[in-house]
Amino acid sequence: MVIRLLRKPVTGSLFAILAAIIVGGVILAAAGHNPIQVYGGLIYGALGRPRFIVNTVIMSTSLILTGLSVTFAYKTGLFNIGVEGQFIVGTVAAVFLGFFLNLPPIIHPIVVMLGAMLVSGTYGAIVGFLKAKFNIHEVLSSIMLNWVALNLLNLYIGVERFQRLPTVAHTIQDSANIIIAHEMKRTPEGIARLRESEFLTEVILRTDFNFGIFIAIAAVLIVKFVLDKTSLGYALKAVGSNRDAAEFAGINVKKHMVLSMFFAGSLAGLAAAVHITGISPNTISMLGGFQNFGFNGIPVALLANASVIPNIFSALLFGGMTYGSGYIQSRHGVATEIIDIMVGLIVFFVALRAVCVLIADKLEKRRSGST
Amino acid sequence: MTDNLLLITNTLMYATPLILAGLGGVISEKSGVVNLALEGIMTIGAFAAAAVAFATGNVWLGFFAAGAAGAMLALLHALSTVTFKADQTISGVALNFVGPGLAIFFSRMFFGAVRSDPVQVRFPRLAAVFPSLADSVFNFSFMFIIAFLLVIAMYIFLYKTKWGLRIIAIGEHPAAADTLGVNVNLTRFLCVIASGVLAGFGGAAFTLSIVSIFAPNVIAGAGFIALAAVIFGKWSPHGLLGACLIFGFFQALAIRLRGYDLPVPLQVITIMPYILTIIILVLFVGKSVAPKAVGIPYKKGAH
Repeated sequence: MVIRLLRKPVTGSLFAILAAIIVGGVILAAAGHNPIQVYGGLIYGALGRPRFIVNTVIMSTSLILTGLSVTFAYKTGLFNIGVEGQFIVGTVAAVFLGFFLNLPPIIHPIVVMLGAMLVSGTYGAIVGFLKAKFNIHEVLSSIMLNWVALNLLNLYIGVERFQRLPTVAHTIQDSANIIIAHEMKRTPEGIARLRESEFLTEVILRTDFNFGIFIAIAAVLIVKFVLDKTSLGYALKAVGSNRDAAEFAGINVKKHMVLSMFFAGSLAGLAAAVHITGISPNTISMLGGFQNFGFNGIPVALLANASVIPNIFSALLFGGMTYGSGYIQSRHGVATEIIDIMVGLIVFFVALRAVCVLIADKLEKRRSGST
Repeated sequence: MTDNLLLITNTLMYATPLILAGLGGVISEKSGVVNLALEGIMTIGAFAAAAVAFATGNVWLGFFAAGAAGAMLALLHALSTVTFKADQTISGVALNFVGPGLAIFFSRMFFGAVRSDPVQVRFPRLAAVFPSLADSVFNFSFMFIIAFLLVIAMYIFLYKTKWGLRIIAIGEHPAAADTLGVNVNLTRFLCVIASGVLAGFGGAAFTLSIVSIFAPNVIAGAGFIALAAVIFGKWSPHGLLGACLIFGFFQALAIRLRGYDLPVPLQVITIMPYILTIIILVLFVGKSVAPKAVGIPYKKGAH
């Protein structure tokens, strides 16, 4: 019973979170804080009020999708560290399509999302192509393309036609916006009507609550279906688990590497489009360095053990920690970097979760030895 | 100083942290352990160097403190990947959060802010010893000289000594090395620690010779560029040196061209080294030559 429990992947993830809480507590105590109070504050800051919960969900939305992107590539045996660059080109595509197209609401954001997915997917596919055709390490080409993406974004904003201010691109049109009750929030009458309800004031008026979370969950379910129930998914996973065997079974390994990176990239693009259409100021500014919207998907995927559905929970955890950190900084004076340390510790203990399996092996050996 | 002289000086200046951290990548990967954490280790090294140099007024103490801080973070990587056979990629990703997180956390405690106070001491240049070199191209920073000497030392160590050849053997075929009586895990452990020291030095190169201040974004991806330079340089010290000089040159060029009326936006120049790297790999490098056992934990009796 204990042995079987120790072998379950979810045990490893829970062990990682628990171990990180303990070590993080020691660090907090060493820095002169009361760990229990700080953790309590973190939970309150993430979930303590309806508005906090909504903001946690907003923070988690793009994490679900970038985590899903990393997970998808991982299934084909590829490490998608290029998710940052794919996210960046996705934001550029989303801002461009969101501003220059004139389409009715509902259709407009859908077109923006599909466009961003196509652009980011193509950007991701370059990595797959370089790997399949020239055997170039995907980590190397991804790191290069991340920097290229960052400069492309600055290049885009630098063009006068594309900028609203010298360092800020145009804001997308209202028709492309996916913030809930966006129109109402723009007019005095609408605001007055929302004000009538305390709850709506809290969760709609005072946040950027948007439809993104539903899109993200739908994407998770679609990916789950594709990977588990279609021959394409089967082929992609076959390439990931044993390249030679897949080749032998008649699967075109190279083509599937490119395809896998295309899909992974397009998920990062969807994250970018949801981010641009769902969170004000609904535009992009020039970047001096990476903002880590893409990179942050990597720990999400790792905690999810690179399986599809758990991405939702691990994104909610990291999203909540990130949003809640603002509260513990203002309330308890704890530096928000503690969250980076905690995220790192969780991932570190995820790496060590094989220890759970080792313990299970030991227990089993001892038991079989005694009988 | 003429502009072209400055171009060369800046090339070497920007190449230096990449070379130091890249050497760390080389030694770790040669032994079979991927060290994705170079970025995080550089950040903690940059902080340790700034803090100690600020407190003591001595650059050398700062430099070695950076190595020690890097070694401590690398110790975690060694424990997880070598001792506990954890996934090397995951452990590296984790330390890239932990390293900068701790560095900024300590910065708040030590300096009271995420940015350090300006470090008053700087690594000297050769002209400090040979004043006649002051305006010549040979007025290298001691930091670059250290990096260059370490490249040569690493070359000799890896290819001309029995310890180096053992490391290479472990990276290629650990089971065979084990059969010959080489302690695979101990060697890997030490190589990972060494990579931490070197990456820590790389971080120090930023705060003691380039910007003289620690800030959260001081490393700004240099650790990943160093990692790319390791692959670009085909996991060899001399290849790494060449790759780092190319990256350094384009960074210096972008700064040199700032303020000129260019026919193209500056970003086009900034993009060049990244595109060029990919093009060079497509045209010339072809087959990847990573150590065969890189990324795979070694378990006795398993294949």
